[in-house]
Amino acid sequence: MRIVVDLNRCQGYAQCVYLAHEVFRLNGQEALTYEPNPDDERRLQVERAAAACPVQAIVIARVDGAEGIATS
Amino acid sequence: MTLRATVAELVREFRASGRIVIVGASLAGLRAAETLREEGFTGSLTIIGDEPYEPYDRPPLSKQVLKGWVPADHTKLPRMREVDADWRLGVAATGLDRATKRVRLADGEQVPYDRLLIATGTRARQWPNPTEAALQGVHTIRSRDDAEQLQKALAESPSRVVVIGAGFIGSEVASVCRELGIPVTVVERGSAPLVGALGGVIGEIAAQMQRDHGVDLRCGLGVSSLEGDSGGHVRRAHLSDGTAVDADVVVASLGSIRNVEWLEGSGLAAGFWGVGCDAGGRVFDINGVVTDSIYVAGDVARAPHVLYEYQFLAMEHWDNAVFGAEVAAHNMVNLEPHYHPHLLLPGFWSGQFGVNIKSVGVPPFGDEIVFTQGSVQERRFAAAYGHRGRIVAAVTFDHGKWLEYYGKLIERSGPFPPPPPGWDQPPDMKPMPAEFPDPRVPTAVPDVVLTGHAPSERTAEFRPRRH
Ligand SMILES: Cc1cc2nc3c(=O)[nH]c(=O)nc-3n(C[C@H](O)[C@H](O)[C@H](O)COP(=O)(O)OP(=O)(O)OC[C@H]3O[C@@H](n4cnc5c(N)ncnc54)[C@H](O)[C@@H]3O)c2cc1C
Ligand code: SF4
Repeated sequence: MRIVVDLNRCQGYAQCVYLAHEVFRLNGQEALTYEPNPDDERRLQVERAAAACPVQAIVIARVDGAEGIATS
Repeated sequence: MTLRATVAELVREFRASGRIVIVGASLAGLRAAETLREEGFTGSLTIIGDEPYEPYDRPPLSKQVLKGWVPADHTKLPRMREVDADWRLGVAATGLDRATKRVRLADGEQVPYDRLLIATGTRARQWPNPTEAALQGVHTIRSRDDAEQLQKALAESPSRVVVIGAGFIGSEVASVCRELGIPVTVVERGSAPLVGALGGVIGEIAAQMQRDHGVDLRCGLGVSSLEGDSGGHVRRAHLSDGTAVDADVVVASLGSIRNVEWLEGSGLAAGFWGVGCDAGGRVFDINGVVTDSIYVAGDVARAPHVLYEYQFLAMEHWDNAVFGAEVAAHNMVNLEPHYHPHLLLPGFWSGQFGVNIKSVGVPPFGDEIVFTQGSVQERRFAAAYGHRGRIVAAVTFDHGKWLEYYGKLIERSGPFPPPPPGWDQPPDMKPMPAEFPDPRVPTAVPDVVLTGHAPSERTAEFRPRRH
C-alpha cells in the first residue's frame, strides 16, 4: 500500500506512532518519518493510525498500483 | 443560441472531449491529473515525464531514504483516484509550439493539446566544474536515483563527507551523516546554515545545533576545487581560505535550477526565475499578457502573492505543488467567474538533528524577528518575522502545533510584534533585525528589453546577462 503524510499538517502528536510503530517513527521530539510503502499486512494498523490522526495528515492511496504506465 | 449558451456548450464539449497535456510527472503533475478527472474532465489526458518512474515523493529522499530505513523505490505517491491517462514516461519534452499547439518530445514525436500544464519543477544545481563533478563520490540529491546512489555511498562508511551548501537539503544530509556516525564537514558561503531561508538570527541557532551534533561547520567559506585520485574518485576538497578537507563523498547542495529550457522560443515568460503566471496558474507570455491555454504549477511556477505586496514568488515547497496543481487543474476546465485563486500561505517543514523545523509565510520578506514562545537554549521555540509593523512569517523549532496560530495572524495581516499567545513566553521579547543576506548583490538574472513600436509589433525580449 502507498501512503504519504502531509507534514505541513502533521503536528507531531504521535498517535500514529503508537498505533503503527513499524510504519511511523518520531525522530526526536516531533519530527515524524514514515515508511511510504508499508507491507499489506500493516493495512489495518495504518488505517487505524490515519483515522486516529487528530489533523488527518495521513493520506492512503484509494486506488492501488500503476495503471498502464508505458515507458518509452 | 445565445452567446452564453454557446459558451456553456463549448465548456461542456471541452470537458467531454478536449485534449489536455501535462508536462512533468511528479507531485504537481499527478495531483493536477487527479483533479482534472475529479472535476469531470473525460477528454484525452497525456502525461509526459522525463524520469522513467511513476510519480514519487521527494521529501523522504533526504531523510528516511538516505538513512537507509526506506528504500528509494518505496516513495511512489499514493493515487487518490484512477486518472486514465496516456503516460509517456522516460521521454523529455524538448519544445513547445504555441502556434500549432504542440509539445515536441525528445523521441521526435509531437503531442497536440488544447490546454497544457507545465509542471517541470526544478533540478539540482551541479558542481560547476564538469570534470570535478564527474568524479566518483560527488553527488547531488533531487531524484530517486540520486538518493539511492548517495545512500549506498553512505552505507559504505566513508571516512568523511563534505557537504557544500547548508540550505535545508544540505543540512538534512549532514544530519543523516551524524545519525549514521559518519564524520561530516559542511562548507557554507553564507554566515550560517539556512540564512537564505530563515535569516541570520535563526541561522546562528542552526549553526550551534550542527556543532553540538559534531558537524565540522565552516561558514563564510567556499569550496574552490575538488581533487580526485588516479582512479577518478574524489579525495579532497580545497576551500577558499587555502585549507583542504580529505573526504571520499562530496554532496553538492547548491540550490536548484528551474526546468524551463524546453520552453525556449515559445514566447512565454519563462526563464531563469521560473514560469510567470497569474494567481490562477495561467501563464504569462513574454510581454506579460496572460495566455488562455497554458497553465503552470509547482516548483517551476512564479505567481504574485496578495499577502506579499503582489510580488512574484516561486515557492519550492510540497504543499505549493499540491495546492497549485489543484487550482490550475480546476481553472483548466472552468471559465471565469468560476476560476479559483492560488492563495496558499506558504509552508515548509524540515527534519534535522532530531528537531522539527517548520515555517509559515515568507520569512525573507521580513526584516525583523522576535522570539515569542519557548526557549532557544532548549531548541523548542517559536519566532515571528515582521515587515513594517505587520507579521509576515513565523518559524518553529519543535513547536509545530503553534504554527496555525501564527498562520492565522499572517493571513489577517496581524500586527508585529504579534500579540503573545498567552503562555510559555521567553523572558526577552524584543524585536531585532532578522539578518537576511543583502538582496542588492548583482546576480546573473537576464535583462528584459522592449523592441518594436506598432501595437502589433511591440514585444519584449530576454537578453541573458553574463558575468
Ligand atoms: C531531497 C528533497 C527534499 C525535500 N524536502 C522537502 C521538505 O521537507 N518539505 C517541503 O515542503 N518540500 C521539500 N522538498 C520540495 C518538494 O519535493 C518539491 O516542492 C516538489 O517535489 C515539487 O513538485 P513539482 O511537481 O513541482 O516538481 P518536481 O518534483 O521537481 O517534478 C518535476 C518533474 O518534471 C520532470 N521534468 C523536468 N523537465 C522535463 C521535461 N522537459 N520533460 C518532461 N519531464 C520533465 C522532472 O524530471 C520531474 O520528474 C524537497 C525536495 C527534495 C529534492
Ligand atoms: S498522528 Fe498525525 S499529527 Fe500525529 S504524528 Fe502522526 S501524522 Fe502527525
